[in-house]
Amino acid sequence: MIRVQNLSKSFGPKLAVNGVSFTVDRGEVLGFLGPNGAGKSTTMRMITGFIPPSAGSVSIGEFDMVEQPIPAKRLIGYLPENAPAYTDMTVYGFLNFTAELRGMRGDDRKKAIHRVVEMCFLETVLYQSVETLSKGYRHRTCFAQSIIHDPEVLVLDEPTDGLDPNQKHEVRGLIKRMGEKKAIVFSTHILEEVEAACTRAIIIDRGQIVANGTPSELKQRSDVAGAVTLRAGGVNSTALGQKLSQLSSARKTTVLKEEAVSVTARVFPQPNCRNGELARGIYETAAREGWKIEELHTEEGRLDEVFRSITMPDTVRDDKK
Amino acid sequence: MNTSLGNIKAVAKRELIGYFSSPVAYVFLTMFLLLSGFFTFMVGRAPFFEFGQASLVTFFIWLPWLFLFLVPAVGMRLWSEERRLGTIELLLTMPITAWQAIVGKFLASWLFLALALFLTIPLVLTVNYLGSPDNGVIFCSYVGCLLMAGGYLAVSCLTSAITRNQVVSFILSVVGCLFLILAGFPPVTEFLSKLTNTQWIVDGAASLSVITHFEGFQKGVLDLRDLIFFLSLIGFSLFTTGVILRGHRAG
Repeated sequence: MIRVQNLSKSFGPKLAVNGVSFTVDRGEVLGFLGPNGAGKSTTMRMITGFIPPSAGSVSIGEFDMVEQPIPAKRLIGYLPENAPAYTDMTVYGFLNFTAELRGMRGDDRKKAIHRVVEMCFLETVLYQSVETLSKGYRHRTCFAQSIIHDPEVLVLDEPTDGLDPNQKHEVRGLIKRMGEKKAIVFSTHILEEVEAACTRAIIIDRGQIVANGTPSELKQRSDVAGAVTLRAGGVNSTALGQKLSQLSSARKTTVLKEEAVSVTARVFPQPNCRNGELARGIYETAAREGWKIEELHTEEGRLDEVFRSITMPDTVRDDKK
Repeated sequence: MNTSLGNIKAVAKRELIGYFSSPVAYVFLTMFLLLSGFFTFMVGRAPFFEFGQASLVTFFIWLPWLFLFLVPAVGMRLWSEERRLGTIELLLTMPITAWQAIVGKFLASWLFLALALFLTIPLVLTVNYLGSPDNGVIFCSYVGCLLMAGGYLAVSCLTSAITRNQVVSFILSVVGCLFLILAGFPPVTEFLSKLTNTQWIVDGAASLSVITHFEGFQKGVLDLRDLIFFLSLIGFSLFTTGVILRGHRAG
């Protein structure tokens, strides 16, 4: 549904987006990650036709955004960053206006408004002026606007920004449910959101795509992915390290924490180690040596770590070294 | 075609709701009626009652100056507010063209100014009660006023697209409209003739003056040239508004 090819945008000498390409099909939810100023919003603004690209193309369904903007825009629902809304209107008036621009008339419009008001829990503020709404309500009002015409493509720029944890959970659920039938792109800083709602994620940094894959694929790129964390009693850290380093599947053992009754350690696997082999080896060693295992699990990898290692500016990375 | 009219109507309706759901509309209407009444009856060499004629000349003579401040006050928010709130991003990603949005907003404000003019009808009734004025001239003057208001408004529309600050937009617009008034005044034309010996530049600048073009209407003359002047002023300003808006988005 969404096809982005070699999209670039420069503001004066500054290249904000540089050769970004991806596609999103129906039934996919694409998470758009990146540090502030990486070009997420600029990319979304080009997808929705708000700003023209400097180079490259965007097509929505069968329509090119530059050549046929009106039919392309008709397919899109868009929640811009910071959820703008006309402050001098009531929530109902605002939704009515957007539905009218979407070409809905009469009963259809009323039904559509009713539907989104219910979905976004806006009943209590329906006749209140947008100006007097709390941030969460204003956000949901603008979100309601984006889904009022039940679009096939949804572009959401930080849809959970400014919401409380319950509302965040609600919106994530909503995105995931709607993602079964639509093509959705949403940007976020919150990595758990990607795991909760996305089928695929793209990490963008300084205008370029630096990673693209399912959340679990991305997690595999983490240093700790596949490592086994172990907490055991009845052994000291030196003995534990010594025994575990004899395992053929272990590359390295680091002690994370040593307490009076137990030791917590992380064992990193050899590169060609099969899934589960390391954990089994550790268990067998522990059983032989009579350690009392309190916890034993294989790390899936952590998205925040992958994110940091990919998008950290070179200077910071060098400093750390 | 139908959908484009529908889109223009939707945008215009929203804009009008915007005026009336804030104090802007009421403050404006009150100020306009008070000031126009004050200037008509109290100020000038021959205020209404001392003029001794059943005509609205004293009313219409002040309007270009009154509009100089009041029309930019109506138009200053048109695009600057959209940009400040960020709603421009919503509006221009809807399935409508930028043109439809520009025209819709302009028409709404123009309609609002027409309403303000309409509310001065008691003046017409008053002169008709006091004597027998030439209602053709009065009608013609109203048409001229409406066109002049449209011209000023289109300039305000343009300046409001330049900045997201309403005050800056207001000041730029007043300056622009002031130029349109003064272009035909002797001090300005004399200054221009000192600068250049070419007569057509002086004439060209003078022909930009709204006063020159408004005078015909006041005399009851509907001259096609005056009509074309105001309509092309509106057309040019709105077109430039579109160019400016596109320029912002292109970055």
